[in-house]
Amino acid sequence: MTINQLSIFVENKAGALGEITHILAQENIDIRAMSIADTKDFGILRLIVSDEEKAKKALQQNDCIVSITEVVGVAISDEPGSLSRVMELLYTNGINVEYMYAFITISKQYAYVVVRVEDNNKAMKILETNGVKLVDKEDIKNL
Amino acid sequence: MKYWQQEIECASREQITEWQNERLVNTVKRVYENVPYYRQRMDEAGVKPEDIKSIDDLSKLPFTCKQDLRDTYPYGLFACDMEDVVRVHASSGTTGKQIVAGYTAKDLDIWDDICARQLAAVGADKNWKIHVSYGYGLFTGGFGFHGGATKMGAMAIPVSSGNTARQITILQDFGSDVLCCTPSYAMYIAETMEKMGIDTAKLPLKAGIFGAEPWTQEMRLQLEEKLNIKAYDVYGLTEIMGPGVAYECSEQTGMHVNEDHFIIEALDPDTGKPVPDGEPGEIVFTCITKEAFPLIRYRTRDIAVLSHKQCSCGRTFVKMSKPMGRTDDMLIIRGVNVFPSQIETVLLNMGYAPNYQILVDRVNNLDTIQVQVEMTDKLFSDTVTEISKAEHAIEEGLKSLLGVAADVKLVAPNTIARSEGKAKRVIDNRKK
Repeated sequence: MTINQLSIFVENKAGALGEITHILAQENIDIRAMSIADTKDFGILRLIVSDEEKAKKALQQNDCIVSITEVVGVAISDEPGSLSRVMELLYTNGINVEYMYAFITISKQYAYVVVRVEDNNKAMKILETNGVKLVDKEDIKNL
Repeated sequence: MKYWQQEIECASREQITEWQNERLVNTVKRVYENVPYYRQRMDEAGVKPEDIKSIDDLSKLPFTCKQDLRDTYPYGLFACDMEDVVRVHASSGTTGKQIVAGYTAKDLDIWDDICARQLAAVGADKNWKIHVSYGYGLFTGGFGFHGGATKMGAMAIPVSSGNTARQITILQDFGSDVLCCTPSYAMYIAETMEKMGIDTAKLPLKAGIFGAEPWTQEMRLQLEEKLNIKAYDVYGLTEIMGPGVAYECSEQTGMHVNEDHFIIEALDPDTGKPVPDGEPGEIVFTCITKEAFPLIRYRTRDIAVLSHKQCSCGRTFVKMSKPMGRTDDMLIIRGVNVFPSQIETVLLNMGYAPNYQILVDRVNNLDTIQVQVEMTDKLFSDTVTEISKAEHAIEEGLKSLLGVAADVKLVAPNTIARSEGKAKRVIDNRKK
């Protein structure tokens, strides 16, 4: 099962990011994980939040461009080499990673990582058959 | 019927020049005598009516601009006795006082003729039913085509504008052969018929004469397909006459200027010198047969291209292209003329909303142009690669149409000011 990520367009200008976090704060939205891709002109803010539909609505009402993207959440054991193993599994099976980032919150046992690939189902199947634990929407809620 | 006045429309260049020489000389003499404003302007320029012997002397005459028309509002440039004026029309004037144009009975007769030439050129004859959806009133559109249709002996249907449901009923029940309206209204009628499930192939409608606003070749093809017609362009302006100043023929590659009544010039807007055929220039008209309101070297601010090439329709009048923009908004980027309308075309063709702003600057003596486009849901993706690809596609599209490279910058929605009335599309920092 995939998890939902909010993707938000951020214009490259002062205060743009602050406006977005302000809207989320007002709506009482909890941010679980985040990453920013930036180019010279614009950025894309990617968030895993407590309530993505509510967040999307609030942002759109404030003229933000938002989309919800399905991404794969991977729980890797918090020890050296586990991320490397996941990457190797994806690579050897011909799956390219568009981008990835880690969760801010970590459980005692696992580190959560968001992975964006072309074919979610294929990636999830490979990871699961190789014993990698996936993060689902319930896990996110329970963070 | 192919021509309305074949002997005139297909006259030799020598004959046309002869008419123009004689009529220009008479007109200049008349306005100098009858219109104090012209006399003063010519005196200031040091030109006497005797100095104008042929059209080769045209460039000696001062230009007339929109401001001159405002300064002499409403009747100051009329060149006949007021008792001979039988009609006035006016242009709406969104940016100032309206412009008032007067007509004598003879002026109206000539106007009827040139509109009849347009109708004949699209195939109309006295058996046709002419559906006129241009507004009737001070606006010239309705009365212009109405007069042309009446003079031809065709049947005019004076529907005027608005009430789309009634327009469609009339198209179906009255059996209109040609629809005269603005291209955007034609599109609206076509789309409404589509929604109503009306098969346009079953309508007798054969042609459309669409003018009074800018439209693109893509729009022409769409209208032709949706309405199952041939779509023709027409050019006109209240100041000069109204619709029919220039008219499109079967070749559909530009509009023949009625040179027996109007002398057209295409000039470099900065230097005022003529540009050769094929190069964009500001269109300037001189009326040479009008009695009430004969404008001399009127600067239209429309930019178009002229062609003296032999036309396959047999007409010998020079052709002007559809105006590609206005001098008010023309930009010269690295020596290339660029119009905001071209940029808009690229965006619309690629499915984007026309929310853009153009920033022009000069960096190391090189002009730069940046087009800011508002991000849309359609353009947006969660990956940089996809957005960059879309951005690049717009840049390619702009380069191939404009002929100069433009940088595209994506900005947040609703950040480009939708200012009161007309949007500020261009910020030229070179002038600072």
